[in-house]
Amino acid sequence: MNEQLTHMAGQVTAGKLTRREFMGKAAALGVSAAMASTMFADAARAAGPKKGGDLKFGLQGGESTNSLDPATYASSVPFQNGKQFGDQLVEVAPDGSIEPRLAEAVEGSADAKVWTFKLRQGVEFHNGKTMTSEDVLKTMERHSNEDSKSGALGIMKGIESMKADGDNFQVTLTEPNADLPYLMADYHLIIQPDGGMENPGAGIGTGPYQLEVDEPGVRHVFKKFANHWNPDFGNFDSVEVIVINDATARTAALQSGQVHAINRVEPKVADLLGRAPNLTVHSTAGRGHYVFIMHCDTAPFDNNELRLALKHAINRQDLVDKVLRGYGTIGNDMPINAAYPLFDGSIPQRDYSLEKAAEHYAKSGHDGSPIILRVADGAFPGAVDAAALFQQSAAQAGIPLEIKREPNDGYWSEVWNVQPFCASYWGGRPVQDQMYATAYLSTADWNDTRFKVPEFDEMLFAARAELDNDKRKDIYSKMGMMVRDQGGLICPMFNDFVEGVTNQLEGWESDPTQEMMNGNMSRKMWFA
Amino acid sequence: MHPIIKLVSQRLALGLLLLFGASALIFGLTEALPGDAAQAVLGQSATPEALANLREEMGLNRPALTRYFEWLGGILQGDLGQSLTNKLDIAESIGKRLGNTLFLACAAAVVSVPLAIFLGLLAVRYRNRWPDKLISAITLTTVSIPEFLIGYVVIYFVSVKLGWFSSLAMINDTMSFGQKLNAIALPAFVLTLVVLAQMMRMTRAAILNLMQSAYIETAELKGLSNFQVIARHAFPNAISPIVNVVMLNLAYLVVGVVVVEVVFVYPGMGQYLVDSVTKRDVPVVLACGVVFAAVYIGLNMFADIVSILANPRLRHPK
Repeated sequence: MNEQLTHMAGQVTAGKLTRREFMGKAAALGVSAAMASTMFADAARAAGPKKGGDLKFGLQGGESTNSLDPATYASSVPFQNGKQFGDQLVEVAPDGSIEPRLAEAVEGSADAKVWTFKLRQGVEFHNGKTMTSEDVLKTMERHSNEDSKSGALGIMKGIESMKADGDNFQVTLTEPNADLPYLMADYHLIIQPDGGMENPGAGIGTGPYQLEVDEPGVRHVFKKFANHWNPDFGNFDSVEVIVINDATARTAALQSGQVHAINRVEPKVADLLGRAPNLTVHSTAGRGHYVFIMHCDTAPFDNNELRLALKHAINRQDLVDKVLRGYGTIGNDMPINAAYPLFDGSIPQRDYSLEKAAEHYAKSGHDGSPIILRVADGAFPGAVDAAALFQQSAAQAGIPLEIKREPNDGYWSEVWNVQPFCASYWGGRPVQDQMYATAYLSTADWNDTRFKVPEFDEMLFAARAELDNDKRKDIYSKMGMMVRDQGGLICPMFNDFVEGVTNQLEGWESDPTQEMMNGNMSRKMWFA
Repeated sequence: MHPIIKLVSQRLALGLLLLFGASALIFGLTEALPGDAAQAVLGQSATPEALANLREEMGLNRPALTRYFEWLGGILQGDLGQSLTNKLDIAESIGKRLGNTLFLACAAAVVSVPLAIFLGLLAVRYRNRWPDKLISAITLTTVSIPEFLIGYVVIYFVSVKLGWFSSLAMINDTMSFGQKLNAIALPAFVLTLVVLAQMMRMTRAAILNLMQSAYIETAELKGLSNFQVIARHAFPNAISPIVNVVMLNLAYLVVGVVVVEVVFVYPGMGQYLVDSVTKRDVPVVLACGVVFAAVYIGLNMFADIVSILANPRLRHPK
């Protein structure tokens, strides 16, 4: 029987046997369906990618108000759309390194202040034009100039000047930054013809799929772009992104085979869904974290003893078990975890200790009035439950928390970064520098904990300019400790990306950068 | 002038005035919501510069009154304007969405209205006997269960387990009429269950009320069958309240089905409006609001006129 099976597997690899035929013959040999399915998958993977088929995504995070303009991307569906029709200069690879896309090579000067991107030649836009360094320059200008309204504006700040020089695009920075290539991998920075100055929402890029139907909040259809610069990218004839914001409807669509992959599987149904025979639930440890943030400059949170008391009074494991149902890991009051390059694993884990909490609370001399914590489920899924668990454990340490529920609507403009103590979410960044520069630098717009420590800023700049990775790791470790022990961040947990994918698809890779293989499923996967 | 024409034109003028009032109210309320479109679009990634630039581009820096009257000027010329958030033409987007909403509402109405009236008549015919009780029990049960739950149950059994119909009711222009009907089968079914009870109960109550009248007794005495009495003598006199409740339910089918749209991923007006309110896209909210108000006012006006036509005393006022 074994020989026969091996032979059949060989035929699959050679492309001579379909899944249906293989399963039928394997059943005739008395092999269980589950085992035959695994064998088929292995054999099909060995065969390498196959072309063809129409891929359908069912995604949460799309609205009727979405635009295809990359500057406006802030949720899952626009992010996914951009990955279909566009390319950045570089991409963050699943292992955290920098992978070339429209730039063939990246080179930094010795002081890490001048960065040169050598552009790929003969890259064609969907409108037939050939990409030039001018297009790249204009794209970057649109995201960083005075009139910019781009979601990437925050990360483009350190740029002193940019220039297009033949086949090269060059960036000069005001301060050294060894991580600049990671900034250019941001998903907003899709290269558009003429930088998208004229019509940014046209959905024209250089990506493996070109726009066919654009119905915001309903669906977006892309068909294979024949002249893509990399024939290995994009194995499907078409990709359809269907907006399914309701979690139950999304799971049902996957189960009944109407879509091939869904994002944001609810942790409470993930185990059950994973038992279905025709699909797999992938859980990927990412850099996103669910947090409670305190303003370090506002009473009573300007007292570090009180901050420490609250940090000790939260039962992290309990939150991971109950709110994330195990689909996540506990946090350590810093925004960095093992998914980041140069992470120092030896930093001690903050423990849940009611004695220490009570001790710090007594030292803080807080008058015992209730501490108001503002939450909404829009901050992160399960935020209200998480706050209730926090309230209970804090009460055991004698710390009175009062939960104030806020509406989801307007949460990011009225509560987050405005109120001194609230629930929030951070999606994480590809490198430590970017995460710290975005939210912990004294001058950062999004410094939502009002953590303003000059010494920390100096270390951040020193790490940026440091090209020796051991020394950088050492500096990052100290910075992590500083945020952990002095900052206003209570980080109880890092959430996993939980996604459902049909077993018809092959080529899954775990990618911690963003959900759905960092938007690369349609480029890298294929139908078995 | 014929009194009916006079009445209709009066009602129309009043309706237009009401629409104008509704638009002003909607604009005022949307303005009163915290935040604006620029903040909602940028969300957590807003920086002060980006916010200022986006506000400038969207024209949100101008006074509210100016923006309202500009919008009003536009709509009087038949121009609904552009969405603030994705720059798409509102008339075009609404056209598609409204078409979808009306299609689903029509499909649900074509099934539910005759069915409700027929069941109502049947319930009267067998009043207080088992068919009456069964009809009431079933329809009252389905109306009492939240529609998303009915939706989920239907999806689970009909779509996931049996695989008969798609759980995604997505329709688009490339589909044939039959394919479209097939796609909306499940949401139309759920909506039917939701609106059936009220219309059925109203039909039953209105007719039962009339069954006490002397002329019904006469009809019975002259030997007409039970069903004939109801259909020929009682029903025409009960039209007025029935039409009223039918119109209310039709209006609900158009303006109130956002939950069903979400569950079945149907590209209708409801989701469009909700998204636009969340993103403070005022021109779209106004356009949707006015369309919804027009539907409500129009259907109610229709109900009034039918009631008058159905009543000889109102038809020929002295």
